[in-house]
Amino acid sequence: MQKNKIFHRRKVYLLFLVFVAILGLLSVRLFYLMVFRGDYYSDKAQQLHERERPIKAARGLILDRNGTVLASNEPVCTISVVHSQIEDEDEVTRTLCEILSLDEERVRKKVEKVSSMERIASNVPKETGDAVRALKLPGVKVDEDYKRTYPYDSLASRVLGFTGADNQGIVGLEVEYDKWLQGTAGTILVETDAKGVDLPDAGENRIEPVDGWNLTTSLDVNMQMYATQAAEKVLEEKQADSVSILLMNPKNGEIYAMVNAPEFNLNDPFTLPDTGENKGLSGDALQDKLNGMWRNACLNDTYEPGSAFKIITASAALEQGVVTLEDSFSCGGYRVVEDRRIHCHKRTGHGAETFLQGIENSCNPVFMDVALRLGAETFYNYFKKFKLFEKTGIDLPGEAGTIMHDLKNIGQVELATMAFGQSFQITPIRLASTVCALVNGGTTVTPHIGVSLESADGSYIRVLDYGEGERIVSAEVSETMQFALEKVVSEGGGKNAYIEGYAIGGKTATSQTLPRSANRYIASFVGFAPADDPEILGICIIRNPQGVYYGGTIAAPVIRGIYENILPWLGIEKAPVKEDGSEADKIVD
Amino acid sequence: MAELFRADKKCDRALLAAVLVITVLGMVYLYSTGAYYGQARFHDAAYYFKKQFLAVSLGLTVMAGVSCTDYHLVTRYAGLIYFLSLALSTAVLFVGQEYNGSKRWLALGPLSFQPSELAKVAVILLLAGVISRQGNKRAGLLFAVRIFLYVLPIVALVATNNLSTAIIILGIAACLIFMSNPYYMQFVGLGGAAALLAGVFLAAESYRLERIAVWLDPENYDKGFQTIQGLYAIGSGGLFGTGLGGSMQKLGFVPEAQNDMIFSIVCEETGFFGAVFLLAVFGFLLWRLMLLSVRAPDLKGSLICAGIMVHIALQVLLNVAVVTNSIPNTGITLPFISYGGTSVVFLHGEMGIALNISRQTVHRNP
Repeated sequence: MQKNKIFHRRKVYLLFLVFVAILGLLSVRLFYLMVFRGDYYSDKAQQLHERERPIKAARGLILDRNGTVLASNEPVCTISVVHSQIEDEDEVTRTLCEILSLDEERVRKKVEKVSSMERIASNVPKETGDAVRALKLPGVKVDEDYKRTYPYDSLASRVLGFTGADNQGIVGLEVEYDKWLQGTAGTILVETDAKGVDLPDAGENRIEPVDGWNLTTSLDVNMQMYATQAAEKVLEEKQADSVSILLMNPKNGEIYAMVNAPEFNLNDPFTLPDTGENKGLSGDALQDKLNGMWRNACLNDTYEPGSAFKIITASAALEQGVVTLEDSFSCGGYRVVEDRRIHCHKRTGHGAETFLQGIENSCNPVFMDVALRLGAETFYNYFKKFKLFEKTGIDLPGEAGTIMHDLKNIGQVELATMAFGQSFQITPIRLASTVCALVNGGTTVTPHIGVSLESADGSYIRVLDYGEGERIVSAEVSETMQFALEKVVSEGGGKNAYIEGYAIGGKTATSQTLPRSANRYIASFVGFAPADDPEILGICIIRNPQGVYYGGTIAAPVIRGIYENILPWLGIEKAPVKEDGSEADKIVD
Repeated sequence: MAELFRADKKCDRALLAAVLVITVLGMVYLYSTGAYYGQARFHDAAYYFKKQFLAVSLGLTVMAGVSCTDYHLVTRYAGLIYFLSLALSTAVLFVGQEYNGSKRWLALGPLSFQPSELAKVAVILLLAGVISRQGNKRAGLLFAVRIFLYVLPIVALVATNNLSTAIIILGIAACLIFMSNPYYMQFVGLGGAAALLAGVFLAAESYRLERIAVWLDPENYDKGFQTIQGLYAIGSGGLFGTGLGGSMQKLGFVPEAQNDMIFSIVCEETGFFGAVFLLAVFGFLLWRLMLLSVRAPDLKGSLICAGIMVHIALQVLLNVAVVTNSIPNTGITLPFISYGGTSVVFLHGEMGIALNISRQTVHRNP
């Protein structure tokens, strides 16, 4: 038997020492990796383990001027499936279809799709979501979400607007103030295993969402509701296509009410009215119809303002000094301008009349004469001065611009028709805003609905500033217009807007839409009160009324009906009944 | 024959304790690490633990039996064992089971057997016998070449599907040849030649060079995924670790965490101190084997203990070096800790031989 010799032992020592030395080196290597490189590797590992899950922020509320909620949020659930975690595809498909009453084909496709996450349904009521969660189906995720709700359904639908599936504004204020209303989503950082399954015990790293800011508007729910009722009533009575009513404060531009009847239901904005022609629409045709339904006719569409525009022509002429209220005119029922015979609405003529009477009578020949006195270039400059070529800057999306002749194309005929609001188009909001400036003492206003924004916790308030108005007519001219327009209501064509005890100024209009051969009309009335210091200005536009279509006959009573209720509401007292002419004396002095 | 069973003398208690400590630690780490994959694949968190428990039970039984069997009796059959391992390694080429792309297992009913584990033991026993029989003629390069020729068939066979184990076998052979001979300088030359050969070997195939590139910059290669995940686990451990069961990386991030990469999870859960403790226990085990080699009653016993020491040392060092990305990636398991029944049974068997040698030690001052 071989003996174990000394060199054998030495070599075993040597091997052992080499091994231990390498073991030592590896320990040093470990120390380097775990201590010096530890932060680097553990950060990397952390990033690998963490998944970000967004937490929805609640969208800001929309409030009326008295704090009544016009748009709020309701907790709902979003249901999705995570393919890699599903254990029984059939069961998941069947159960989800059953509970959510969905199309099986569609759900099956999503369940079987190999992707990290597929959304099955959003805006599911919270109770349904809770029921799904309670089933604890592997691979089915239920996330909390918010759904926008509108307590008044269709009230001010085109003003408020609505939101889409991702909580983004689609029309109206919801678009205009979207970035304020949206808020900032938070995140939950959850730790997951390599398949992305959440680990139940892992500590959550949560970044709280910041809820959206609340928007306080100048709208008044009561005025809006009353105006809506009035609009719907006349819409029904006159079998009209649509009726718009706008109520605003002529001093600061705040809009109290903006109605476009028929309104649509904000809680169901993708459903068209249930009429024959809307049935079975899809794709682009459906989208076009929906876009049409969502249009706000007060600012997205233009029209020929007709005789209401005489307020502007008169103001320009008075400001320019080419006419006074006492100037005499005569109306033979028409004027011949160049080769054209342009009629007055009263074919038999008004005979001899002063300019004031011309305004009361809404006499076209008088205004043609006045416009011709101004001349095309001067009149055009007044269009500019009165901001008629500019958008009003209202805080709603999609305001339309004015459609107007170029100055070089304005001949005598165009000038004459422009004088009584024909041959060009403006939006109702543009007309109302300019009239506000002409009767409020002479300064422009920016019509608006948003008044202030307040952070959800109430710690910040941002009052929206629309800037100072700009003087466009002298105070004297404005006062003259207040007087003349009050006369229109108390003695002239606007007498259907007269309310005992109130001084109301206004102007009627009846315009024929293009093509003239269709015999379709737009009846409207612009009215403000009190006439000598307007607190409110309203405009009512009735499109395509059947039967009687005169603005003074059908639109003026609408405004009167609204004012009868609203003026006391606004705290405007009835004036003691005055002697006839007392107002006039004051002005003439 | 009376000398065949020598249970009269006490075995090395320290070695036995070290083996038991490592075995228990191994079971704990394996349970912790294998729970996720066990649950994911077999709906049983203890799946790997149970299988390993059976193997460890068998291994401990084998160890107890072998420790009571004179190692001279075992080495008498060294040649037979060697041929058996050649036969099994050949068989695995034809009827082996494939797992993770490698044909390394022989199915025996519900059990599976990895012949390459047997090959390591067989080589240790064979070389110990051959070298100790040579007497004074052992010196010389020619002898070294002859011994090398003995192991070449098994190395070639194992290398076809398990290069890492072939390298371990070569390492064991090289170390035993080194021990058989009083010289040093010729081994320096030999080492140089081996390094040169390795260089040529690596350069011969581009995918081997790619391995080097992955090693140097694992974060920028797809194939560095396992390495990087291991490093994330190690780095996440810090000084004290995340606690047993607290590993994130074992949750599917480190692929097959219960196998070759288990040490990274040990680092993550028990921290630097826990990892160094485990390495220290391995160091202690090596130290006891070294002492046994010195105190063995004859050259054969001495060589067997040295062979076992080299076997365990090479696997521990290479495994830890791979896991810490100190060397290019190659699949080597951590003895007693990584999942694998065959490995555990043969390791315990080797420990049994070492324990039997310890019963026969002669006391002399080293």
